[in-house]
Parts: sequence; structure tokens; C-alpha cells
Amino acid sequence: MKKTFVFLLAMFMAYLNYAQNIEVCNTCPISTLKAAINLANDFDTITVRKGTYKEHDVLINKPLTIVGENYPVIDGELKGEIITITSDNVTVDGLFIINVGTSYTEDYAAIRVRKSKHFIIKNLVLEKLFFGIYIEKSNYGKVFHNKIIGDAVAEYNSGNGIQLWYSNHVDVEHNYVQDVRDGIYLEFADHCLIKNNVSSNNLRYGLHFMFSNDDIYEDNTFENNGAGVAVMFSKKIKMFNNIFRENWGTASYGMLLKEINDAEIIGNTFNENTIGINIEGSNRILYKNNDFINNGWAIKVRGACYTNSFLENNFLYNSFDIAYNSKVNDNVFDKNYWSSYTGYDLNKDGIGDVPYRPVKLFSYVVNRTPETIILLRSLFIDIIDFSEKVSPVFTPDNLLDHNPLTKRVTW
Amino acid sequence: MLKILKYSFFDLMRSRWSYVYFAFYLLLGIVLLFLNHDLSKAVITLMNVIIVLVPLIGTIFGVMYYYNSKEFTELLLAQPLKRSSIFLGQYLGVSLSLSMSLILGLGIPFILYGLFKSSVIWDFSLLLITGTFLTFIFTALAFNIALSNENKIKGFGYAILLWLFLAIIYDGMFLMSLIIFEDYPLDKLSLAGTMLNPIDLSRTLILLKLDISALLGYTGAIFKKFFGTNLGLIISFFTLSLWVILPVTRIVFKSKKKDF
Repeated sequence: MKKTFVFLLAMFMAYLNYAQNIEVCNTCPISTLKAAINLANDFDTITVRKGTYKEHDVLINKPLTIVGENYPVIDGELKGEIITITSDNVTVDGLFIINVGTSYTEDYAAIRVRKSKHFIIKNLVLEKLFFGIYIEKSNYGKVFHNKIIGDAVAEYNSGNGIQLWYSNHVDVEHNYVQDVRDGIYLEFADHCLIKNNVSSNNLRYGLHFMFSNDDIYEDNTFENNGAGVAVMFSKKIKMFNNIFRENWGTASYGMLLKEINDAEIIGNTFNENTIGINIEGSNRILYKNNDFINNGWAIKVRGACYTNSFLENNFLYNSFDIAYNSKVNDNVFDKNYWSSYTGYDLNKDGIGDVPYRPVKLFSYVVNRTPETIILLRSLFIDIIDFSEKVSPVFTPDNLLDHNPLTKRVTW
Repeated sequence: MLKILKYSFFDLMRSRWSYVYFAFYLLLGIVLLFLNHDLSKAVITLMNVIIVLVPLIGTIFGVMYYYNSKEFTELLLAQPLKRSSIFLGQYLGVSLSLSMSLILGLGIPFILYGLFKSSVIWDFSLLLITGTFLTFIFTALAFNIALSNENKIKGFGYAILLWLFLAIIYDGMFLMSLIIFEDYPLDKLSLAGTMLNPIDLSRTLILLKLDISALLGYTGAIFKKFFGTNLGLIISFFTLSLWVILPVTRIVFKSKKKDF
């Protein structure tokens, strides 16, 4: 008897919780997203048919699934924020959101998730935005397959594509972000995964990390951003197989590391950046199997960088391989391939018999007096570089690659 | 003058050295292009060669030609000819034949490779123009030295020294001065420093065209602003022309007064 009662009760609850489907279209009885959300029960699905909906300040405060069919347009008419999620378990899928308002006191976003868990935001297209997807104090969510196309002109009046703030365990995958201020911005966001994104032509950084620990970013492409990618004040970050390309300009770099500890940088490609990696105050970092191709400076070490290891990287045709501004060296360079290595390998084991000195005297001089760079490729510079190579006076004499490879590393 | 120019020109054209010079550039161009497969890389390497070698060859060749043809010059001086036309004719003959070796020697492999379809054609033409300028400048300087020194050994010595100074020592002094005055704003100084030396000027012109300017940081921005504009380009070419005109005027004056 008791068992039957429990069963019936369970059935009844299941009936109550049975997810309904609510349709929204321009000619339906329910013609706005707001009305649909008001009518909906928890765990309902709202299907938005193709059309244009002029709405802003849409608040999703119940666990709902909102699915757009053939990309319905949600037009915020520049009046403010468009969608705000404050409930757990919300899914937003397949909307075309445009015209987010601009404010200098509030960060209006196309879609904001506030203090929620288990949200999924996918297949959105955002245009004419201030902030794109803003995730605030929310955990365990997924943001994927979104396309964010901004029209940012100046840094002060533009927002970020995807912003994570005090949010942990969020996966950001397969997004395209372009022409905003920072493509992807993480602040106080731990244990996040940033994967397979393409962030290009942004005003400031393709990816910006602040105070975020234990994150992984892999297989992303960062191209032609104003200043490249900045990773600052973070611990235990893993950066795998990313591509940093054409971040070219007087103040640009592929990647900026500042106060980063215990990170792993493996399998990345740095191609045609003014500075491949700019390192400042970063310790115990492993650089392995990276390609540095055609950069101005492959690696610029600014100071306070200890116990880093650079193993099995390829340094190909960079104007300067390493720039170093102190005489003290505590970093290890081993088994890299340097295209400007001129030594020999008598026993044919693939390892050059003469150690390679990656820091040229000229790069030391340029570090001290930047104006001297106009003497680049002058015969005199080649001569002093050669003499410094023979007997180092100014550059750290223990900064050597003892086992330079004679062939490009493959992995 | 034209007759003497023609004579000098064909005299040099027949000589072994122009062929060697021509063949050297031809070989260099072919090797660079067909082993490298990258036009812009080839242009950078060529720049390195041109900046160093063209002035050296120009100086040595100029001095050598002057001393070698001295007896013939004296014979010519006995004829009713203007002195300036004799020397200018010889000078133009030497520099024209050298420039021709340079332009043909490098141009032929590049044209064979398909330069006209490539985007580096402007970089390449800039390279050839500066190369030609450098030839004219250094031949003129060499003639000056040879005119002022009867002693061949001394003349050669000075010529080598001149090349050494402009190609290497000048940069060393320039570097030192930049480091010594590093506490002061250096952009004007560095701009002036490059303008004063034809080798540096050519190098900077080519480097900025090859978009290494982003490396130059703040200084690069100033340089790009200066050399990148048409005005900057005109001023640079004007300076290079000045480097041709001044020594040539001195050749004319010196030859008028000189006792033979």
C-alpha cells in the first residue's frame, strides 16, 4: 500500500514537472519573450519562431530552455541590457541578439548570467553590442558555438566579447569573437576551460586573464589583436596548442605574461608577432614544443623571472631570439632548435657540439637604449654580435643552450 | 663629354671586372631566389649584401680606374677639351657601367622568377634605386680621393678607410653617442645620424619599407612618420642626390686647378 502511494506521488510530481512547450512568434497569442517567461513553469521550453522581437531587460528567473528557430532577432533598440539570467539550469540557444545599449556607469550585456549554476549558452549570434556574454558569479556553465561580432572603435566606450567574473568551472568553446575590446576576459575565474575559440581583430586583447587560477586554454587562435593576449596575476594555467598570429604593432605582442607562476605553455605557435612572448615576474613556467616563427623578438624577458625552462622549442627566423635585461640567469634553455645556430655536429647525434647563446649583444643594447634599434642589420652590429658571441661580456655568460638541436624539433 | 663617357663606358664594358661583377650579382640573385623560394626574404638578404658590397666595389673600382687610366687622361688633357668634361665623362662611365652590372645582374633572375606578378616589386625597385645611388656616391668619393692623392698606395688606403668609416666605424660612433646620451630624447639625433650617412640612410629606407618598423617601437613610429610619407621619401632621395652632387662638384673644381 505504502509503495503504491509513493509511486503515485512520484507520478503526480512527474506530471507537475512535465515540461511544456511554449511557442513565441509575431502572430501567436504569445508574441513576446517576456510574456512567455511570465507564463512558463519551471523546466518549460520556450520556442521562439523566426521574426524580430523588440525587447530589452528580459529577466529569466526560472529554470527554462529558450530555443530560437532559424535565428529570431532580439533587438534591444540600444535601450540597455537584453537578457538577464538569474536562475539555475537555464539554456539559451539559437538567438540573434542585436543593439545592446551603451552605458558608462553600467556594463550592459547582450546576455548576462548572474549568480546561477549549470547554464548553457549556445549558438547565439551577437552584433552591435557593448558587452556580449557576461557571466557574473556563476558556476558550472557552458558557453559554446557563439559568434560575437562587434564594431568597437575606441577602448573607452566598448565592452568585452565574453566576460567571466567570479565564475568557476565554466567551459568556453568554439566561439568566434571579433572587433570588441577584449575578446575573452576572465577575472577571478578558476577552473575554466577555454577551447577552440577564434578571437581576432579586437581592440585590446584577444584573451585577457586576471587573477584566475587553474584554467586551461587550448587550440585557440588569436589573430591580429591590438595587443595580443595578456595573462596576468594567475597561477597554474595550462596553455596548449594555441596559435598567436600577426599581432604586429609598436606595442603588440603574441602573449604577455605578468606575475604568472607554475604555468605550462606547450605546443603553441607564435607567428609574426612583434614580440612573441613578453615575460615579466613569472616563475616556474615550462615552455615546451612551441614554434616561434618570424617574430621581432621571440621571447622578451623583462625581469624577476626565475626557474623557467625552455625545452625543445623551435626558434625560426626571428629578428631577436631572446632579449634579456639582466646579467643574472636562472632559467634553463635546453634542446631547442635555433635557426641562427652556426655550430657543427661532428658525431651526428642531432645535437650541436658548440653551445648556443640566444642573447645577442645588440638585443642587450636595444633593451637599454631602444633608439639604437635603427642600427638593425648594420655591418657593425654583426661584428659586435660576433665578438660578444666569442667572449661574452655584457650578456649573462651562463645563458646558454648546451644542447642546441641541428634539426627542427617535431613532436 | 659624351664621347669620353662613351669611351670609358665601352672600355669598362669590355673589361673582365665588369663581367665578374655582373656574374656575381647574377649568381647571387639566382641562388637566393631558387634556393629560398621566398621573395621578401631574398630582398632582405640582398639588402645586406648591397649595403656592404656596393659601396666597397664602387670605391675600389673608382680609385682603380682613375689610376689605371691616368696616362690616357694626361693624353686627353693635351687635347683642346674641357677638363670638367674629361673627368665627368670618366666618372659617369665608371658609375654607369657599375650600376648596369648591378641592375642587370639582379634584375634578370628576379624577372625570370616572376617579379612583376609579386607584391615586392616596389621593395625591389627601391633596393635597385638605392644601390644605384650608392654606386654613384662612392664612385664620386673615390674619384675625389684619387684626384687628391698622386700616390697610388695612399689613395687606395684612403679609399678603403672611407668605406670602413662609413660602413662600420660611423655606426659604432653613432651607437656610442646614442648610448652616452640615452638620458636625453634621442629621436632627432638618431634621425640626423641616419640622414648624414648614405649607407645608413639606404638601410633605413629599405628596412622601413620591409615593415620591420613595428620592431622599432617608439623610434620606429617617428621614423615611419618621417620616411613613410612622400615628403620623407623625397627628403631622403634629396639627401642621397646631395651626396652625389657635392663630390661631383668637387671633382670639377679640383680637376680645374690640379697640375698634371
